[in-house]
Amino acid sequence: MARSDVQLMLDVKAGDEQSFTLLLHRYRTPLVNFLYRMVRNREQAEDLAQEVFLRVYKAREDYVPSAKFTTWLFRIATNLALNSVRDTRYQRMEISLDAPVTVDAEEGDEKTLDVAEKNPNIEQHLVEETRKKMIRHAIEKLPEKQRAAVLLHKYQELDYGEISKILQCSESALKSLLFRAYETLRVELAPLVAQHGK
Amino acid sequence: MSCSRMENKILGYVDGRLKESERLEVEKHLATCAACRLRVNEFRAVSSLLDELPVIEPSPAFDLRVHARVAALPVKQSWWAWFPAPRVAIAAAMLLLATVWVGTRPNPAPQIAQDDIPVLENLDVLSNFDVLTELPQPVQADDGGQANPQM
Ligand SMILES: [Zn+2]
Repeated sequence: MARSDVQLMLDVKAGDEQSFTLLLHRYRTPLVNFLYRMVRNREQAEDLAQEVFLRVYKAREDYVPSAKFTTWLFRIATNLALNSVRDTRYQRMEISLDAPVTVDAEEGDEKTLDVAEKNPNIEQHLVEETRKKMIRHAIEKLPEKQRAAVLLHKYQELDYGEISKILQCSESALKSLLFRAYETLRVELAPLVAQHGK
Repeated sequence: MSCSRMENKILGYVDGRLKESERLEVEKHLATCAACRLRVNEFRAVSSLLDELPVIEPSPAFDLRVHARVAALPVKQSWWAWFPAPRVAIAAAMLLLATVWVGTRPNPAPQIAQDDIPVLENLDVLSNFDVLTELPQPVQADDGGQANPQM
C-alpha cells in the first residue's frame, strides 16, 4: 500500500531523500497546474512550484503532522501565488504605460492561428480553441482570492474545511467567495452555459 | 428556506457536498423556486465547463531543478547562525554613522544620526548572509550622506 503524505513527510524528516522524491512526483502536476492558473505564466508557475517543494524540504525538521499535508502544501503555494500576482500586477501597470500589447498573451493564444492554417478542419478547431480560451480567460479574470478558491475546490477537490484553512477565512466566507465566483463565471460564460443543456 | 440562504448551499448541492438534511432542504426550496432551479442548472454547466480546461505537464527538467535547488541549500542552518547578521548590520550602521560624523560638515547636529536610524534598522531587517559578502557596500551611502545635507 502506498504510504500516506504524512508518512512520507515524516520519512523525509528522518532523512529519507527518496520519500521527498515521491512527494515531488505526487504533487508536481497539481501544483504546477494550480500555479499556472493563478499566475498565468508557465515558466513562473514552474519556478513557484519548485519554490514550494524547496520550502517543504527546508521545513522538514520542524514538520509536525497537525494538519493535512495538502492543506500545508497548498497554503504555501497559495501564498506564493497571491504575492506573485500582486507583484506582477504592479509591474504590468508600469509596463502597460509604454507597451499596451500582448502582456496577457500566453502560449495557446499565439498558436491558434498557426495551427488553424495547417489544420484542414479549421472551423471545428477554431470553435474548440475559442471555447477553451473563453473558459480560461473567465477563470483568469476572477479576483485572485476567488480564483484560488475555485481552483482548489474544483481541481484539487479539497473540502471546505481545508480550503478555508488555506485561504485563511471562515467556511462561510469561503462559500460566499465561491458563490460570487460562480455567479461571475455563469455570466462570463453565458453563451457556453446556454448551449450546455442542449 | 429563502433564496438568499440558498446562496451558500447551491454549489455544495451541485457537487454533492451537502449533508442529507441540507440536501432535502435545498430540494424543497427548488421545488417552488424557478430562479434557484435555473441557477442550479447554470452552476452545473459552469462546473462541467471547468472540466474542459486542459491539464499541463511540468517540463522534463522540473525534478532536476528542484533537486538542484535542494542541493544548493546550506548544509546546516542552526538558530544561532542568524546572529552574525544583526552584528554586521550594527557594524555597518556604526561605519555609516562615523562617516556622517567625520564628513565634510564641521558641526554635525545629533539629529542627523537620529534621522538615519530608521534606515539603518531597515538595513538590519533586510540583511542576511548575502550582506556578509558585501560588507563595504553601506559605506557608499557616504555619497548619499554628503549629497543630502538637508538637516
Ligand atoms: Zn430561490
